[in-house]
Formats: sequence, C-alpha cells, structure tokens
Amino acid sequence: MGGLYFDIAHLFAGGLVLISFILLYQDRLYALLNVFALQAFVLALSVAWQAYVQDAPHLYITAGITIAFKAIAIPVALHRMVSRLGVHREVETVVRLVPTMLAGIALVALSMVVMLRVTGSADPLAREDLAFALSVVLLGMLMMVTRSNAVSQVVGFMSLENGLILAATGAKGMPLVVEISVAFSILIALIVIGIFLFRIRERFDSVDLQVLDDYRGESR
Amino acid sequence: MVYNVYVILGLPVITAVALVILQGYRLLARINVVSSFLTFVAALTLFAYRPETGTYLLVDDLNIVFVVLNTFVAFTTSAFSASYISHELETRRLTVGHLRFYHAMYQLLLGAMNLALVANNIGLMWVSIEVATLTTVVMVGIYRTPAALEAAWKYFILGSVGIALALFGTILVYMAARPVVGEGMNGMVWTELIQHVSKFDPAMLNLAFVFLLLGYGTKVGLAPLHAWLPDAHAEGPTPISAVLSGLLLNVALYAVLRFKLLMSANPGALAPGPLMVSLGLLSLIFAGFMLYRRGDIKRLFAYSSIEHMGIIVFAFGIGGTLANFAALLHMTMHSLTKSAIFFAVGHAAQAKGTQQLAKIRGLTVTHPFLGWGLVIGVAAIAGLPPGGVFMSEFLIVSSTVSRSPVLALLTVFGLVIAFGALLLRLHSVAFGEPTGSREPIKASYLPMIAHLTLVIIAGIYLPPPLVAWFQHIAASLH
Repeated sequence: MGGLYFDIAHLFAGGLVLISFILLYQDRLYALLNVFALQAFVLALSVAWQAYVQDAPHLYITAGITIAFKAIAIPVALHRMVSRLGVHREVETVVRLVPTMLAGIALVALSMVVMLRVTGSADPLAREDLAFALSVVLLGMLMMVTRSNAVSQVVGFMSLENGLILAATGAKGMPLVVEISVAFSILIALIVIGIFLFRIRERFDSVDLQVLDDYRGESR
Repeated sequence: MVYNVYVILGLPVITAVALVILQGYRLLARINVVSSFLTFVAALTLFAYRPETGTYLLVDDLNIVFVVLNTFVAFTTSAFSASYISHELETRRLTVGHLRFYHAMYQLLLGAMNLALVANNIGLMWVSIEVATLTTVVMVGIYRTPAALEAAWKYFILGSVGIALALFGTILVYMAARPVVGEGMNGMVWTELIQHVSKFDPAMLNLAFVFLLLGYGTKVGLAPLHAWLPDAHAEGPTPISAVLSGLLLNVALYAVLRFKLLMSANPGALAPGPLMVSLGLLSLIFAGFMLYRRGDIKRLFAYSSIEHMGIIVFAFGIGGTLANFAALLHMTMHSLTKSAIFFAVGHAAQAKGTQQLAKIRGLTVTHPFLGWGLVIGVAAIAGLPPGGVFMSEFLIVSSTVSRSPVLALLTVFGLVIAFGALLLRLHSVAFGEPTGSREPIKASYLPMIAHLTLVIIAGIYLPPPLVAWFQHIAASLH
C-alpha cells in the first residue's frame, strides 16, 4: 500500500476527530446540525476511500447510506424539528466550555496512548484508524454527557456512531459492516421518530431533559 | 437437516407480522400465547435434535439452557400478559391500537432474543441484541405518560451507548482475530474464534473485553451502568418488566459469558474473573442498600434484579465448576422467581390502582391469592429455604469461601442487606393494615403458580439429569 493511500485515509480520519471537537463547542442547534452533516460527509468520503483501497465494493453501500441518511436526511429532519419546536436559539451546556475542551483533549490523548500501544501487531493503517475512531467515540460520549438537550444528545450519539463506522471500515475485510450500518441507521431513525412521536415539546414545553428529570417516578 | 432452530427464530417473526395484520385483541392475545408456546416446544426439541453448526447459528450445551428458559418464561409471560392487558383495556390505559403494536413487539423481542442466543457470529449477536433493545424501548414507553417517556428515553440513550461500546469491542475482537483466522467472515464466527484464540494478540483481546464488558454490562444492569433499569421496569407494562428481568438481562449476560470464555482460553490475556467479580459485588451491595429507599413496588423489584444479576456475574467471575454450576442455577431460579413476582405485582398494582408501596398494604387480606403468591415469591427471591434461590446462593457462598473468605464475607453481607430490605417491604405489603380497594380482580394465577411451584421443587429436589447437564456446562465454562 503506497504512502498516498495511507495519507489520504489518515486525512479523513483525522478530519473526523477535528470535526468532533468543533461539535463540542457549538452552542447553536442549527450550527450543530450543520457541523454534524459535515462530519457525516467526511465519514462517507473516508468509507468510500477505504472501499477503494481495500477493493471492497460493498463498503460503497455503507458510504452511500452515510451520505443519504446521515449527511442529508437526518440533519434536514432535525432542522425542521428544531424550527418547529422553536428551540433553535441556544444549546444549554451542563459543563462549561473550557473544561469540556480540555476533557476532550485528554480523551483523545488517552485513546492514542491506549490504542497505539495495544495494537502493535495490527497493520499501521488499521491501528491509526482505530485510534482516531476511539477518539471520535469518546468525544461523542463526552458530548452526550455535557449536553442536556435531547437534540444535541442525539447528535452526540450519531457522532459516536460515526466513530464506530470508521473503526468497522478501517478493520480490513470485516464482515457485516453494511448490515451493522443499516442496523444503526434504523436505530437513529427510531430515535428521531421517537422525539417526533413523543412530542416532548407538547408534553414538557421543552426538549431540555433536565425538565424530564422532575418526572422521576419516585419524586412524587 | 433439522429445522427446529429455524422455527424458534422464524415463528416469532411470522407471528409478529400476523399480529399487525389481524384484528381483535382477544384473538391477538391468544395468538401471542399459542405462538409463544409453540416456540417453547420447538426449543425443547433442541435437546434431541441439534442443527449443524454453521457460520451463523450454533446450538451447544450452554445456549440450549438459555433458549429453553427464555422461551418458557416468554410463554408464561404471554399468558400473564393476556389477562393483564385486558384489564389495562378496561381501565383505558391502553387502546386496541396500542395492543396490536404491543403484541407484535413482544414476538419480535422473543425472536431477537432467540437469535442472539443461538448466533454463532459475534456480529449477528450484536445486531440481534440491538433489535431486542429497540423493541423493549418501544414497549417501555407505551403508556406515553411523562414518566414512561422519560424512562424510555433514558433506556434508549444508555442502551444505545452500551450497544455502541459493545460494537467497538466486537470490532476489536475481529482485529485481534484477523492475523490468525484470516480476513472475512471467519474472524467473527465464535467457534472459529474459540479454536484459535490462544494465538490472538492478548493486548488487543484485553482492550476488547473491557469494551464488551462495559457495553453488554450496561444491558445486564451492572452497578455503575444500571441507571436505565429501574425506570424501564417501573414505567412500562408489567409483562415487559417480567420479560426484561427474566430474559433480556440473561441474554446480555450470555453475551458477556461467551466473551469471557474467549478471554480465559487465551493464556496471555487478562483474567476476566476479577473484573466480573468486582462489578458483580458492587452491584450486589449497591442494590442491597438501594432496596431500602424504594417507594415504588416495581422499582423495588427492579433493584432486586440488579442485585441478583450482580450475584450471577460475581459467581461466573469466581469461576470453577461449583461456582459456575451455582451461577447457572441461580440464573434459572432468578428468572423464574422474578417473573412470578412481577406477575403478582402486576395484578396487585392493578387491583390497588397504584404502584406506590405505601398504598399497597395488607394484600393477604384483601387479595389472598395474590398476597400469598407474593409472599412465597419474595421469600424465595430473598433466599429463604426451601426456594431454589436459597440453594444456589448457598452454593455460591460456599464455593467462594474456599477461594477467598473475604469475598465470601462481602457476598453474605450484601445478601443479608438485601434480605432485610425485602422482608421489611414484604411485611407491610402483605401483612400491613389493609388499605385500598378490596375488589377482586380478574387475574390468571396459573403462570405465577407454575413458576413458584418449579422454584420450590427445584429447592427441594433437583432432577439428576438436570444436575448432570448443568455440571457438564459448568465444567466446560472453566
């Protein structure tokens, strides 16, 4: 495998981590959704590149699903929902920005240290892809923890899932990747439909999950 | 060629489709029961005729136990569900439209759990556990009350994160397997993995196991990751609480067990035992204390499920033939007893019109049958003889004493704490000053009686073939 192949795969994977950081500090919902669409787009490029490098045509399907579903359909649906709910003004973060960014940097460092040390035997492309993927997963998780808003939690989950798809496509010859990406798409579609159907706004006047916490069964 | 395994996978799916198309809730409930029964019968035939091991499916001594237990409890729960649901319709908590959905989801859940259990492919196992999670999320939120929505949302988000971690672990296992087994499907086939695992890179396996344990452990309801469990149990329909506690937790546990086997077959890898022991012990003691402060009867028993899953994971972590035997037995007894308790609790909550512990009192006076059923069930789950749980807990403690007296002491401590809490609650619920409605309730007691009878018989006399079977599995589990 030539140096260029390697570098381009690296570029995309690194781009995903970078966009995860950008996601962390977005405090407007529209901006958050746009950045997420960008991340999904970069992921699709990365998957398509892996399909080409590994000569694995089925990965093009995964790339296609990512573009159509995560870069276009979901952001558009969430956009509409946010404007209909009228919550586009601001995202409330539970934790302040600076500590969040520092925690993000620490998580990326952690995943680099862990993955590069552990995966010494794997081929370099796969192991660095995995390190980036773990970073994206951890950053997505950090985002879910630091946000209290349903929509941004979903975006956090989806960016976490982007990391998983990156890992799965980076593992050369891994079977069932397409099936797994379809399963995830269904999961995400259900989450989004869930927000719609449950009409959290109507019931609670807010999509802020901290309000939901008051409905704990035992606080009555 | 044997088709029984396709029946236990296909029949629930076909039934689910039929349940969406057909009308009339009585008919739907009946179809649900009949189909669950047929699935159970098909699962029983697995003892006699096993399908050949393929790339996707595997039936071995270990998962037969899970499948048979799973389909049996699913069958009895469907019978309970039929009477529970008709009451919910009368009180208009659910509509006929909801029910169609509910029954279809019930069958899908059953099919997905069976698939997870007989999957010989760690990717397929992951997908089916995800599907099972989704169906239960939908059912937890079915009442659409604010509390139910919050429970479903929490379950959804935490379950999804757990599932995501498990997938990362699965990918890492594949990465570890690839240099040895080769590219492609074989790197995910469990029988191939276990054959070659001794040559895998141990560091990679260690990392994978941490992710898998955290991921599937979330679904098992182990202590720091349990937050979704009490809410999901309390706010959904009670048959779903019974299925969650009795079955879905077991399925996730089964996934953990499979990967534990991989770990212990690799000489260089981290021993999985201590990790499981500490998580299990933490769950046991934590849940034991949490039991004291519960105000909601279903939450109370949800915490008790966390406690018991903790005990089971602890015992599997201790390992050795005796502890594994005890863990298998405990898992079986817990599934039977806990679902029986939820059957009683479901009808009791319907009779009193509330789930608040403070408002359900004197059940043995107002509803003697339910009350005494609950007394027997709670006494059994708290570990009083002659219930089967007593025997398995006794075996777990005694097998731990020989390995590590300190751990045994901590286990006993946790058990005693939980025991006290349960008896305290039971006293007011069953024998307190009677409050609330005394109206008799239309209930089917058969599932509850069947489960409790089995539990008590198992406590007094375990049939030798069953013992031999469990011992055989326990020995193969290391």
